Amino acid sequence: MARAVSNPSRNELVNPVTAPKKAITIDGVSKRYGSLQALDNVSFDIYQGEFFGLLGPNGAGKSTLISALAGLLRVDQGNLSIMGADVVKDYRRARQNLGVVPQEIVMDPFFTVRETLEFQSGYFGVKNNEQWIDELLEQLNLADKAHTNMRKLSGGMKRRVLIAQALVHKPQVLVLDEPTAGVDVELRQSMWRFVRRLHREGHTIVLTTHYLEEAEELCDRIAIINKGQMIALESKEDLLARGLGSTLHVRATHTIDAIPKEFKARITKLEGNVLEMSLKRDVDSVMDILDRLRAASMKIDYVSVVNDKLEDVFVRLTGNQGGN
Amino acid sequence: MNWLSCYTLFKKEVLRWVKVWLQTVLAPVVTAWLYLLVFGHVLEGRVEVFDGVSYTQFLIPGLLMMTVIQNAFANTSSSMIQSKVMGSIVFILLPPFSALEMFFAYIGAAVMRGLAVGVGVFVLAVWYADVPIDNFFIILLFAVLGSYTLGALGLIAGMWAEKFDQIAAFQSFLIVPLTFLSGVFYSINSLPDMWAALSRWNPFFYMIDGFRYGFFGQSDQPVLFSFLAMAAAALLLTVVCLVLLQRGYKLRDA
Repeated sequence: MARAVSNPSRNELVNPVTAPKKAITIDGVSKRYGSLQALDNVSFDIYQGEFFGLLGPNGAGKSTLISALAGLLRVDQGNLSIMGADVVKDYRRARQNLGVVPQEIVMDPFFTVRETLEFQSGYFGVKNNEQWIDELLEQLNLADKAHTNMRKLSGGMKRRVLIAQALVHKPQVLVLDEPTAGVDVELRQSMWRFVRRLHREGHTIVLTTHYLEEAEELCDRIAIINKGQMIALESKEDLLARGLGSTLHVRATHTIDAIPKEFKARITKLEGNVLEMSLKRDVDSVMDILDRLRAASMKIDYVSVVNDKLEDVFVRLTGNQGGN
Repeated sequence: MNWLSCYTLFKKEVLRWVKVWLQTVLAPVVTAWLYLLVFGHVLEGRVEVFDGVSYTQFLIPGLLMMTVIQNAFANTSSSMIQSKVMGSIVFILLPPFSALEMFFAYIGAAVMRGLAVGVGVFVLAVWYADVPIDNFFIILLFAVLGSYTLGALGLIAGMWAEKFDQIAAFQSFLIVPLTFLSGVFYSINSLPDMWAALSRWNPFFYMIDGFRYGFFGQSDQPVLFSFLAMAAAALLLTVVCLVLLQRGYKLRDA
């Protein structure tokens, strides 16, 4: 009979038989650079098939964590594993299961796009990979650039080659470290279509991004890191529910000069005939508030309610108004 | 050992210098030929070398080996520092390479470049002067050992350096003086005793001297001693390289 066990990273009981399988395990990972604690005892799991968001302000420790996963740096303490393989002790199997799209656009200027992909495939020991390389070139709109030298590609195209390089050995887990930074809208959309397809096909996707609307749209679960510590790890819905609620926008037919006293602390904007105030989730009734505004002689012309976005929650949790 | 991974990195490293052959092969061949032309013309008959060997003949193996080892060093050091500075080293660090696979791939490509440049210099030298070959196996053995050793030294320099000028300093203040003072242009037996004794502490001397033995069947030192000295240097540098690669010295953030 299955025995329920505690999962310390999620503080909940899970059944080992029915529990989803782990793609990535991060267990008590710490890393210090001089006086800077880049990662401070970070622990969490990412499950197979998840579209996982890793968010945090600049310098929060996201890239340090990704570098540690990829074996690009050694942590001071803790363990990391990919598909059950320790990234240090069983580095061959761990890296075979991991594809990383680095944050910086980097390339080898000596080679063409196809050569670059063929080399990367060979580095991972994958033979006869021409068909998959052709498919990657096709899917990422690089087919007509296959024999073009990497130096002659635009920034967006180089970014697409980086994605193809990360996928060329067909890894189970794909880590995208701010893949859309500086990428135009069209490319961003086509890139997400492709990544969504990979997710549908069963790949585990880990995304760090500066565009929180992307994380809100794509991710199932989100972790927020700040100053090396994990401050949130929840499903997107739970995280959004952490928001204050929503904002009520009211436009009057006249300049607003009188507001009921009990609302004054909640006003976020009052300019001319426009009023904005925060609403508490599951507490406030919009109809009641509007009745009381009318009772205070306000003639209402237009009303809208906007729910809190991930960005609002993020800013509140990280306390970083100028951050991401 | 994943041979496909190792072979792919080797192939990429070879193609890296083949694609810019004007700079990596032809330029050093022309430089060596100019040395041969100028020094051969100016010093012919003025410098005493081996019995029955003209100065130009004596000079050819020295220049050949000097070009071979300098280019082997340049290949690994420039590849490593370029990929570090440009960030493309990440493509080598993300795949599951072992230290041994990386080492053989980089050194193999360095040896190939050293030999390619050596063949280029040899072809020009044969056209310019009569070059005897006493033992081709010894020539090949020393050419491979010399480029292997300097390839390993270049790999260490490339890992250590963080900027291009540090590699240039390594070349200017270590590699070039040691090669110039290793008996490329003279027999160390023609030197005053103190300088001859000092030259015997120069590991590059044994590369040149053993290589020259393959051409003339005579050398300043017994060829076996030169071989053992070189093999010891190659072994030492191999161990250092493998330890540094295993630790990811200045490659993976410690």
